[in-house]
Amino acid sequence: MTSKNILALLPYEKPFLFVEDLTVISEEGITGNYTFKETEYFYKGHFKDHPVTPGVILTECMAQIGVVCLGIYLMKDEISEILQPQIAMTSSQVDFFLPVFPREKVRVVSEKEVFRFNKLKCKLKMFNEKNELVCRGVISGMLRIPAPASSTDRKAGNL
Amino acid sequence: MKKEELITKLKSIVKPYIQDEEAFNNLSEHTTFVGDLKINSANLVDVILDVEDEFDIRIENDEMERMLSVKAAMDIVSSKISA
Repeated sequence: MTSKNILALLPYEKPFLFVEDLTVISEEGITGNYTFKETEYFYKGHFKDHPVTPGVILTECMAQIGVVCLGIYLMKDEISEILQPQIAMTSSQVDFFLPVFPREKVRVVSEKEVFRFNKLKCKLKMFNEKNELVCRGVISGMLRIPAPASSTDRKAGNL
Repeated sequence: MKKEELITKLKSIVKPYIQDEEAFNNLSEHTTFVGDLKINSANLVDVILDVEDEFDIRIENDEMERMLSVKAAMDIVSSKISA
């Protein structure tokens, strides 16, 4: 499964898609990038006359790249165009170190901590173009494929 | 392991994840994790992983699906630690 395949399966779109490309993809982790455009909708209000990327958006960017893209890769054998995973973020703990301004490109590095019983928990780091740590944390999500008609498929398991 | 001891251990495992304090204080064999204690599905996985660590056992997918109540958890754990 390539970066392109994974991006095509993402359930997000503008203005809430925060994945541009994936550079490293494995069972153990994933690395991807996103460039914050000057025109992103949230810069209008965060802050007045002083655009800074909100922490919740940085968290979302880490979750989309590090948890959802990785989750899609880990479930690649069960996912198809008609069987897309249902996704929910279930917890996040993030520390922030540096601001991200419009036009900055960030790189998210995700390391799988545990993936069992549909729960994926990852350790994440976000870096800016100077390779400085922007934020880091732990985010978990549940990824579930809606049960297909055949019960033998369901038994395929996703440990 | 004695039943009471097992319940006490399970009670301390679920404590960080429960939402319903009253159901937790009245926890018995019949208490259900989701219905009574209001544990969410992600935390239910945490409960299972903590149970595995505490008792040094491995829970399989079908067992996880059956582990809906304190009683069911006790049965599964007991069968594994005595095996």
